[in-house]
Amino acid sequence: MQLSTRHLLGIKNLTKEDISLILSTAEQFKEVLQRPVKKVPSLRDITIVNLFYENSTRTRFSFELAEKRLSADTINFAASSSSAAKGETLLDTVNNILSMKVDMVVMRHSASGAPHFLSQHIPAAIINAGDGINEHPTQALLDAFSIKEKTGSLEGRKVAIIGDIMHSRVAQSNIYLLNKMGAKVTVCGPPTLIPKYISEALGVNVSYNLRETLEWCDVANVLRIQLERQNQVLFSSLREYSIAYGINRQLLDSLQKEIVIMHPGPINRGVELDSDVADSKQSIILQQVENGVAVRMAVLYLLANRS
Amino acid sequence: MQVLLSSQQLADTIKVLSQQLSKSYPSLENIVFVGIQQGGVVIANDIVALLQQQHSSEKVQFGQLDITFYRDDIRKEILAPDTMNIPFAIENKIVVLIDDVLFTGRTIKAALDALLDYGRPAKVELCVLIDRKEHRQFPIQADYVGATVTTKKTDKVKLVNREVVLIPA
Repeated sequence: MQLSTRHLLGIKNLTKEDISLILSTAEQFKEVLQRPVKKVPSLRDITIVNLFYENSTRTRFSFELAEKRLSADTINFAASSSSAAKGETLLDTVNNILSMKVDMVVMRHSASGAPHFLSQHIPAAIINAGDGINEHPTQALLDAFSIKEKTGSLEGRKVAIIGDIMHSRVAQSNIYLLNKMGAKVTVCGPPTLIPKYISEALGVNVSYNLRETLEWCDVANVLRIQLERQNQVLFSSLREYSIAYGINRQLLDSLQKEIVIMHPGPINRGVELDSDVADSKQSIILQQVENGVAVRMAVLYLLANRS
Repeated sequence: MQVLLSSQQLADTIKVLSQQLSKSYPSLENIVFVGIQQGGVVIANDIVALLQQQHSSEKVQFGQLDITFYRDDIRKEILAPDTMNIPFAIENKIVVLIDDVLFTGRTIKAALDALLDYGRPAKVELCVLIDRKEHRQFPIQADYVGATVTTKKTDKVKLVNREVVLIPA
């Protein structure tokens, strides 16, 4: 019983069995998090560095908490306050850290493929915590865990991914995962934010109509407009985006059914989601965050033995 | 493969164990039973069912404990965790741990570690179906023993299809 890979670089190179194993292991870790002592000794001989070259709140805290709940030793690295600011290369930084006997690297980087590059040059297990516009595998895993927990299964489930698909590593990882697990995926957003050949390349439906998409889906995973990754004007204003693609209570109430609302955070309230949707009973946004810790514990636990 | 306990002998042994537990604890008010995954849960199921017949007026408290995350050989081999289900508080309760085979004592040590993460029991007792006494590596012994068997260290003793079998290396 082990994963088919030494690293978690993306969902793309995981098998269906890998994904099932991570999700079922995460279920047991979720139980651990409900106990009076929310901690197990499994990784007490493992040291992990959290290497964040890009800002993060949720993911960094979630990984750090997951590591601590597994009794691992952790060190944290933020590019802005390190020698990276003095011009040290990624590989030099990591090799220096590893010479201090570190076993695993959790890395977020603005360059797509940075963890893949690292995995070819260092012996430690690498977990991708988001690389550029490529993948964010643990987010997709926790989204899948949350969908499964809320609706019972992934097989045949209709999932809409709404918003900035073009710049979203969350969307890409989610699409890979949902396809592998037999869910049906529709991506929805303005044509300028959806890659032209995504339907052929990734096997998803494309819709530019929010209402139609919501009427079709069981689960809507709503993404943030990533203004920091855009260097051109892809829609005229946030206000216009919100009018065409923002989800509000009135729209949800006009549907024939109750759908599940998800969001990977951080939410731009009033843009892609109105507050009375984000904070409603239909929303599982905070459960996603809670499940994130259990899912990351599962990933760390399963990869620690392979390093 | 050698049969150590036939299915009939197994049923008889489980019955004797449940009688011993009943004798120790005429009232089950402060007692909880916890089976260790996986073989221990099978045995515990049967013991608890018999105890429930004898104590029809009270609900026998029964949980399942998985030691995967507490193993001391975790770097040697990775195992899929099994279900952990302790649906009651163990604080100040008497916990009877139930396992199928007591061998090196390492499983029980890990089970105690796991158990204490749920609270501080007043007392913990150990009930096992089979004791492979001569191979203990920790100072751990059972309070209730179904049968003591003599084995080689390399033998495997397992519960298979409601029989206890010895598989030589």
